[in-house]
Amino acid sequence: MSEMVLLGDEAVALAAVHAGLTAAYGYPGTPSTEILEYLIRYGRTHGGPRAEWCANEKTAYEAALGVSFAGRRTMVTMKHVGLNVAADPFMNSALVTVNGGLVVAVADDPGMHSSQNEQDSRVFADFARIVCFEPASHQEAYEMTREAFDVSERFHIPVMIRLVTRLAHSRGIVGTGAGRGENPVHKQHQPAAWVLLPGNARRQWRALLERSGDIRAYVAASRFNAVEPGGDGGFGVITTGLARNYFLENLDDLPSRPAHLHVGAYPYPADTIRAFVSTLARVLLLEEGYPYVERALRGIVPPAGLDIQGRESGAVPPDGELNPDIVRAALGLAARTGVTVPGLSLPNRPPQLCAGCPHGDSFHAITAALAAFPDAVVTADIGCSTLGALPPYNAIETCVCMGASVGMAKGAADAGLHPVVAVIGDSTFLHSGVTPLMDAVAADTAMTLIILDNKTVAMTGGQPTIRSSSELEAIVRGLGVPPDHLHVVEAHPRRTAENTEILRREVHHRGLSVIIGVRECIETAKRGKQEKTAAAARE
Amino acid sequence: MKFDIILAGVGGQGVLSVSAIIASSAMKEGLAVKQSEVHGMSQRGGAVLANLRLSDRPIASDLIPRGSAAMILSMEPLESLRYLEFLSTAGTVITATNPVANITDYPPLEEVLAQIHRLPHAVTVDAESLARKAGSARATNMVMVGAASPMLPVSFETIEHFVQAIFASKGAKVVEINMSALHAGRDAAAR
Repeated sequence: MSEMVLLGDEAVALAAVHAGLTAAYGYPGTPSTEILEYLIRYGRTHGGPRAEWCANEKTAYEAALGVSFAGRRTMVTMKHVGLNVAADPFMNSALVTVNGGLVVAVADDPGMHSSQNEQDSRVFADFARIVCFEPASHQEAYEMTREAFDVSERFHIPVMIRLVTRLAHSRGIVGTGAGRGENPVHKQHQPAAWVLLPGNARRQWRALLERSGDIRAYVAASRFNAVEPGGDGGFGVITTGLARNYFLENLDDLPSRPAHLHVGAYPYPADTIRAFVSTLARVLLLEEGYPYVERALRGIVPPAGLDIQGRESGAVPPDGELNPDIVRAALGLAARTGVTVPGLSLPNRPPQLCAGCPHGDSFHAITAALAAFPDAVVTADIGCSTLGALPPYNAIETCVCMGASVGMAKGAADAGLHPVVAVIGDSTFLHSGVTPLMDAVAADTAMTLIILDNKTVAMTGGQPTIRSSSELEAIVRGLGVPPDHLHVVEAHPRRTAENTEILRREVHHRGLSVIIGVRECIETAKRGKQEKTAAAARE
Repeated sequence: MKFDIILAGVGGQGVLSVSAIIASSAMKEGLAVKQSEVHGMSQRGGAVLANLRLSDRPIASDLIPRGSAAMILSMEPLESLRYLEFLSTAGTVITATNPVANITDYPPLEEVLAQIHRLPHAVTVDAESLARKAGSARATNMVMVGAASPMLPVSFETIEHFVQAIFASKGAKVVEINMSALHAGRDAAAR
């Protein structure tokens, strides 16, 4: 065994390599991005495995399914809301007879550091009736991922690894084991297992439900679901995920040690939980995420004689991520205090577009062109361009999900608003903006789509877009956007007046128009220059 | 022994490099380390925070509890005041005095510095000038590693080793600039 320092994301990636990974796919999304970035780097320096960014999470998932079909081990990575995009293949893949191990690594973002919601992917795993592992340490991230591949092949189901921001983006020490080779190509010869025609699907669904007893037995015996007896007779604590760490952080300050059940493998071990609470008068549930086990335990008719505390009782806040101090309060310990300065109030420093960002120039042009229209609507999207909502721009009015700017603009125009402008980044457009643009083409909707082409996936750290900037115009034209109303412009301060004029003309046109504003992200441009300088210095 | 450090700054100031050098050094010397970082949207031009925990025993939480940090090491004066609730009353604030005024309501710098000097234990360093003297303003963060070094539970030689290692791929000149920045910071803090 050798020891390495890794991000939680990287521990998952390395475990996949050691588990005999053949191919991995994903779409960038904080806090999941570093899983595939690690695999891409590893693949380049070691001649494999294959690791590729895809157009979106759905296409990534489907590529992974193909690898599994061929009998080989595969991983697909995404952030929590990415699983919504991949929900169709995800839910249905639970019904096929998974062949090569298929592991879905999903990174949730409790507290919404870089996300539009804090949905808990454990609920999604339950929805699909699959196994989910939730690591609480770097070592567990490694060991659970390795085990996930075996479990996937044993029960013929996809298996989820649920990460959260504070593990994904924390560095810690990981002891690694000996690697295993890849599976040989071994196609399945039972088409009924993969052709989900209703007749087959009914059979497959029943077979999955029949396996649930074996799956529950496996989880009940898992070393990741562990009970520690306590010395505080009537009081016990159930932790899931990182809550365990915050509980342990405070343990020494408790007058006596409560009984402790940690749940790290799902479906949650119902029999173990029942036995654990049977001798307790009071149980505290500490979960990083939704009150998922808590709700199940509470049920519609709560068990008599058991005081259940957690997010639903108010002992723990109903939303947001946990930390050592929140857990400390829930355990009834006095708050720790640090240095306090009476009356000190600091201005916030929210995220903002970088100085010189091309998006800023585009927002200036949009604001100027729409100044004469008090009822103008600007729908926007996910990525750096969302920062146009903040001062000094205050230029956008919506941000819901990947690609929504385009479809929402169509709906807003259909409803009678005018002018309507949609703003979307190049990678977000390729991810989920192409299909709603087809809808707008079909209806020749009176709207203007502005694609902010900074030649990269900027917000997540500068990954390459799935098709290059030079191909965007042809892609848009190919969808049927009228050439007279398709413009490619430079997003630069010296062009702002000119670009404003083009946009002003297009919002007067009562039909569909598209403007592609091109200039490379200043961060990736800077990095490219530095890499060249460094290469020159080495020579 | 445990030594919790809050690392603060503004996106783009190299907070994560500072964290990486101290973490690698501690690990080399046999300490347990956990280092929690912020990536993605919150990093973009905004306030950046990293939690770095060093201990001779296993560390449970990736996040530092309130009132337990031995040090706040900040690349920017205003940011040095943002996380005081995490600082132990015996802890020290070590900060650069050079403001990043990318917000419209940045308070007058004298007020910020006066506030810092009123803290029980504070070290201020004009890191940007020292970095320029060393050869590049971009080495400001290495000045701050140097300024923190006398209080860190790791040897200066180990820190030197990792500063060299982290910049090695960028050529000898860059290594030299960052090494002199490191030494300048250490000397400044010692005065």
